[in-house]
Amino acid sequence: MPLALKTFATLNDADAALKAAGARYLGGGTLVVRAANEGDVSLTTFVRSTDPALFSISVEGGRATIGASVTMSTIARHPDLAAIAPAARAVGGPAIRNMATVGGNLFAPAPYGDFAVALLALDAEVLEGDQATPIDAFLKARDAAAGRIVSAVRFDVPEPKKFRFVKVARVKPKGVSVLSIAVLLDEASDGTIRAARIALGCMANRPMRAAAAEQALVGRQRTAEGIAPALAVAGEGTAPITDAIASAWYRAEVLPVHLGRLLLS
Amino acid sequence: MGVAREEKRMAKVPIQFVLNGDEKAEFVESGSTLLKVLREKLGDTSPKGGCHQGTCGTCSVLVDGELRLSCLTLAETCEGASVTTTAGLAEGGVLHPLQRAFQEGFATQCGFCTPGMIMAAKALLDRVPNPTREEVVDAISGNICRCTGYEPIIRAILSAARSNSHHAA
Repeated sequence: MPLALKTFATLNDADAALKAAGARYLGGGTLVVRAANEGDVSLTTFVRSTDPALFSISVEGGRATIGASVTMSTIARHPDLAAIAPAARAVGGPAIRNMATVGGNLFAPAPYGDFAVALLALDAEVLEGDQATPIDAFLKARDAAAGRIVSAVRFDVPEPKKFRFVKVARVKPKGVSVLSIAVLLDEASDGTIRAARIALGCMANRPMRAAAAEQALVGRQRTAEGIAPALAVAGEGTAPITDAIASAWYRAEVLPVHLGRLLLS
Repeated sequence: MGVAREEKRMAKVPIQFVLNGDEKAEFVESGSTLLKVLREKLGDTSPKGGCHQGTCGTCSVLVDGELRLSCLTLAETCEGASVTTTAGLAEGGVLHPLQRAFQEGFATQCGFCTPGMIMAAKALLDRVPNPTREEVVDAISGNICRCTGYEPIIRAILSAARSNSHHAA
């Protein structure tokens, strides 16, 4: 089956073309062209849009809107997005970061999608045109969203000290994730944790929240004793993947260790 | 029937871009990767096809100065762009400082990763003329070499940077 690329100036036209059988949206190509190279015969047409809105970044009043076609390397070097640059830099090597997009990362199956883990901790909104969906709901239903086009993501840029991110890999500096963790903490002046959002990568087939651990952190101090109850329930509800990098068992075993180190760092 | 007609119509598309300073115009199959067009249409076999998954890095080229994996880049998305491959680095038979450093520093063994390593290194040196070792390691972190153990490659890139004769093409 021959492949074809269809390019549209506007998102609406691309959206319409995506309804055809065999059509897949082409972002940076690191997932979709790879699938074609691997012989995915369900894919016959690449659809893309060159709409400038997809490539724009705006940060106003501490709230960032990042177009879906913005690449990881663009985020990593953007002066107003320094707080989340570590998550963008965690993706791939330099060439992948020059190609991989924010929109594509939302659909990346584990062990990929480290940036989406950060977006989940940040409680981002996923925009499809005028429609905004909380990222929790978007990720849960993302298989159904495959025929639609994400136009942008929107989130409050965190204060650097409130946001923590780690990607655990066996190969340094670049390797596929054993797991990744993003944490957004709201701490009172005396250090008591008022609220926490913890997102995990590779602990399911898509980024997920560690809801039990989030609850167990509230009212606690960020000390080894204070976080112990949260670490004890960190794996609740997880269904880690098994792949060439690590088994599900291994991922489950090391999750509390890395979450603990991240919280205490 | 309609589908068959559309497939036939979509079979070939015109594309123009600059390859190593020379203007190129070709008819390519829609959806072709840049790697395929470079190697099979334009006869530039310097970028290699390794994994075709974005993992090995040996297909790396520069598109408008930015490091890309040509196996995952569709040729049509490079319309009007300037593409640089390892084949375009030597000038008048004189090797580029990176190529010379790789040759002199035994940074090449089987040679399959070399074109990707050199393009990744060029992308770095064009941006950071005097990189630290850490920056070099990061720059080639998307490129796999199964022969050298990486050390000679890292040393060669640092040596090319130190030679001060590096010229941003």
